Amino acid sequence: MCLGVPGKVVSVDGSIAVVDFWGVRKQICLDVVDQPVAPGDYILNHVGYAIRRIPAEEIGATLALYEELLRHPPEEDDLMAADVRSEIDGAADDQP
Amino acid sequence: MEPPMTSHNGGVAELKFRDPARARSLADALTRVVGDIDRSPVSIMHVCGSHEQAIARFGLRATLPRSLNVIMGPGCPVCITDVPEVDEGVVLARQGVRIATYGDMLKVPGTSLSLADAQAEGAKIDVVYSVAHAIELAKQIDEPLVFFATGFETTAVATAAAILRNPPPNFYVLSAHKYIPPVMEIVAEMPDTRVEGFLAAGHAATITGWGVFEPFVARHRLPVVVAGFEPLDILAGLVRLAELIRDGRPAVENMFPRCVTKDGNLRAQEQLWRVFRPIGGRWRGIAHVPNGNLRLRDEFSHLDARKRFDIDLHTLWDFAPAALAQECICGDIMAGIKSPHDCALFGKACVPHSPVGACMVSSEGTCKIWYQYGGHPDLGSVGRTLSGPSEGISDRGYCAR
Repeated sequence: MCLGVPGKVVSVDGSIAVVDFWGVRKQICLDVVDQPVAPGDYILNHVGYAIRRIPAEEIGATLALYEELLRHPPEEDDLMAADVRSEIDGAADDQP
Repeated sequence: MEPPMTSHNGGVAELKFRDPARARSLADALTRVVGDIDRSPVSIMHVCGSHEQAIARFGLRATLPRSLNVIMGPGCPVCITDVPEVDEGVVLARQGVRIATYGDMLKVPGTSLSLADAQAEGAKIDVVYSVAHAIELAKQIDEPLVFFATGFETTAVATAAAILRNPPPNFYVLSAHKYIPPVMEIVAEMPDTRVEGFLAAGHAATITGWGVFEPFVARHRLPVVVAGFEPLDILAGLVRLAELIRDGRPAVENMFPRCVTKDGNLRAQEQLWRVFRPIGGRWRGIAHVPNGNLRLRDEFSHLDARKRFDIDLHTLWDFAPAALAQECICGDIMAGIKSPHDCALFGKACVPHSPVGACMVSSEGTCKIWYQYGGHPDLGSVGRTLSGPSEGISDRGYCAR
């Protein structure tokens, strides 16, 4: 799916970032993102790869859509929300 | 006859816009501008399953003027994966080669069989969320693993990045990746389509940049507006596009500057074009699309499943195509010529748990989106095909440090 999902960078180790998606921490690859990424930045994740660092001043507008989608309990027939959840769930878990 | 429309959120009345006043003002502007055009209908095409999801889920069509026709074009990467490409994966799987692919690909029909059919026969098929998971799986097994790689440029850059990280020697790629800009040329030239402008997908343009559409606009004299996915982003994009159509001004406008620049993500493009080359090929139901398919460059031919394995599609000739498939109009739907409601199978013989055509398989397919957000309510909900990574795959080394 092409929607991707934004998350907040917690830490960076080489080309891997630990990224927080609404409380779930995942490892995201930084191989294709074209700007330096640091803790506190928001990135857009697509299939486990950050494709864009989202400017801080724009993050509210970006998160609004996702918060609306994730506001409701999971329902199988809400395709868009399910796609967002699977994009979060699919990424590799952060190591404990 | 059109099935009764239902909206997931109870329609536009309950639509939670971030800024209801702005939503109202955009909807009013759209009505005014489309009214000025004084032609009916005015057809606008978008080329993104996520746009269609947002339009359907948030009930945006209810806010559109009646004379504005917003059509989904070939924007579902799973759906436009062509029949022979699915056949290649099916043949490999039936030859005993282990296949990893995205979950939405399993039920996409080939000539006579899908990967799910092959799996039911005993073929080894793993569903992965990311190319990185496929590589992790390959590291843990001795046999060859073929990653059946589908998706547009947004997904292809991940495949390219993974390939450039020296994957294990038993890892191969069967690339069915597609590149969106060339197909817009094809759709713009289709005699039955009459699209007057394109709403380009924000996240694909994050990779390519909006400048990629300039040659298209110059050639076809059709405006392109890059838009985001929030309901307000989409409405704002439609207003701008309608203004450009009204003013007869073919131009590219970027209405999604928080993610899209003129040049796009150059680092991602560099990797994409180092690994892949564009070649012509068919998109399911659409046409031959010059430069629309992404294939591995010769430098990476040692990873190319088409070079490593003898893929004999003749082995499928003994299987008769499903009779219902003859009636499927997915191709016309993806070309924007017809809508799911024009299909005799939609919501009856073709439903998400038993899809006839590719558009009912994927969460980004027009038919599945219309079925789930606006189809027959009495048919109930059904499970999705997307799933997480296979059990037992370590998340370690997910992307090489």
